[in-house]
Amino acid sequence: MIKKLNKLVKDFTLSELRTGLKITAKELVNKKITVQFPEERTPISPRFRGLHALRRYPNGEERCIACKLCEAVCPANAITIESEMRDDGTRRTIQYDIDLFKCIFCGFCEEACPVDAIVETQIFDYAFESRQGSIMTKERLLEVGSKNEQAISQVRLEDAKYK
Amino acid sequence: MELWQAFVQMVHTLIPWLDGTVASIFIILIKAIALVMPLMLVVAYFTYAERKVIGYMQLRIGPNRVGPKGWLQPIADALKLMTKEIIFPTKANIYLFLLAPVLAIAPAIAVWAVIPFDEGIYVTNLDISLLYVLAIGSIGVYGIILAGWASNSKYPLLGALRSASLLVSYEIVIGFALVTVVMIAGSVNLNTIVQAQQGGIVHWYFIPLFPMMVIFFISALVETNRAPFDVVEGESEIVGGTHVEYSGMTFAVFVLAEYANMILMAVLAVVMFFGGWHSPFEAIPYLESAFAWVPGIVWLLAKTTFFMFLYLWVRATFPRFRYDQIMRLSWKVFLPITIIWIFVVALMTQLELGPWF
Repeated sequence: MIKKLNKLVKDFTLSELRTGLKITAKELVNKKITVQFPEERTPISPRFRGLHALRRYPNGEERCIACKLCEAVCPANAITIESEMRDDGTRRTIQYDIDLFKCIFCGFCEEACPVDAIVETQIFDYAFESRQGSIMTKERLLEVGSKNEQAISQVRLEDAKYK
Repeated sequence: MELWQAFVQMVHTLIPWLDGTVASIFIILIKAIALVMPLMLVVAYFTYAERKVIGYMQLRIGPNRVGPKGWLQPIADALKLMTKEIIFPTKANIYLFLLAPVLAIAPAIAVWAVIPFDEGIYVTNLDISLLYVLAIGSIGVYGIILAGWASNSKYPLLGALRSASLLVSYEIVIGFALVTVVMIAGSVNLNTIVQAQQGGIVHWYFIPLFPMMVIFFISALVETNRAPFDVVEGESEIVGGTHVEYSGMTFAVFVLAEYANMILMAVLAVVMFFGGWHSPFEAIPYLESAFAWVPGIVWLLAKTTFFMFLYLWVRATFPRFRYDQIMRLSWKVFLPITIIWIFVVALMTQLELGPWF
């Protein structure tokens, strides 16, 4: 009886509706934590695995020696490598393609690389404008590397002590 | 009022050949434009306020890209809707299809003619203005029913059926809730009702009629098809209800009508229960003289803004009601309560017992 009466009073004073309204009213004045994306960015881990890049040595020589370890370890078969002997007798790639549609961004290529040539950068906001765009050729990979060399080496230095 | 008389005088002197009927039609036209233009502007920025307030309540920021702090968002929305193509469903009746939005917005604007904004500021002072509000207001439902029927499509029809039965049931509740006010004020003229609430906040009808005020507000939510009673649109159930087949400007007109109705219901709540243009500081010794310079229309708009905010607050808080529960609420809860309350008020009025004399 008392319980029923209690419920009746509660229903007719809209007590539960008022509880809900109180919560939304409180949130109305709360500080908003939305990150305004293009202008503001959330912090990214040094181990973030984004767009690939091929690096060069400081003297301009490309690092990749066409050992094909990355091609072998790639679980998605996204990497295709063709190699040839260069005039100075060293082995270099003539083709180094990564199909970004196949790639699962596992980072195994980066781990397998003995010379730190192929790396995954922190770049994640990129787009293709054609169907061929998804295939990162050697030239494009090297370009990404040279453009972001400072950031790449900086991030690797940060993470080095935990490796 | 002097200002208005001076304006009428000026019109007569500037255009001397205007006389009699022509002059009065001209003046009515000016009054109507002076009412509708600001109303449409308020509607536009009400949509912006809605997105902002609901965004803030959901811990988001809301529109902030178009113009400073997103202030130009409603204008961008309007431009987008104006330039969009109006698509007619192949088997729809085009005449009815186009008549529906007109029938939706015409009553929503026409009702504003009798709303008193201040002592003597109104488009027309009708002696049966409350009846006019209820009568014209219920025509709005034809717009929705016609939209559902003319679209020749299943979801709009379902939405129209839902809205028809909802509006019919809640019209009764609204009518009964307002009858209590009419009995106390002794008039159906909105001007007289506001004047009867003169003399400080304790004379406003929301104090003796608080339950009626709550019921009126909830019923107003249903009448305007607002969340949590927006089963007419019911995005998760019937896609978009009556709006499904409408695009571009025809859709925009429906939205305009909906928001104009919301603002109208807010003003009506203020006029009926919150003393219209009267200052809340009346009859309080020092505050009354301190705020005497504020024109009545400012008080009316301030109170209306609060009710408009309440619409958004409620929408941000509650999930949509199930259809049969809304019907139950109307017929089994609100109707008995209002009828009992009418008898109580009638008795108290007859015996001159009430706190409102």
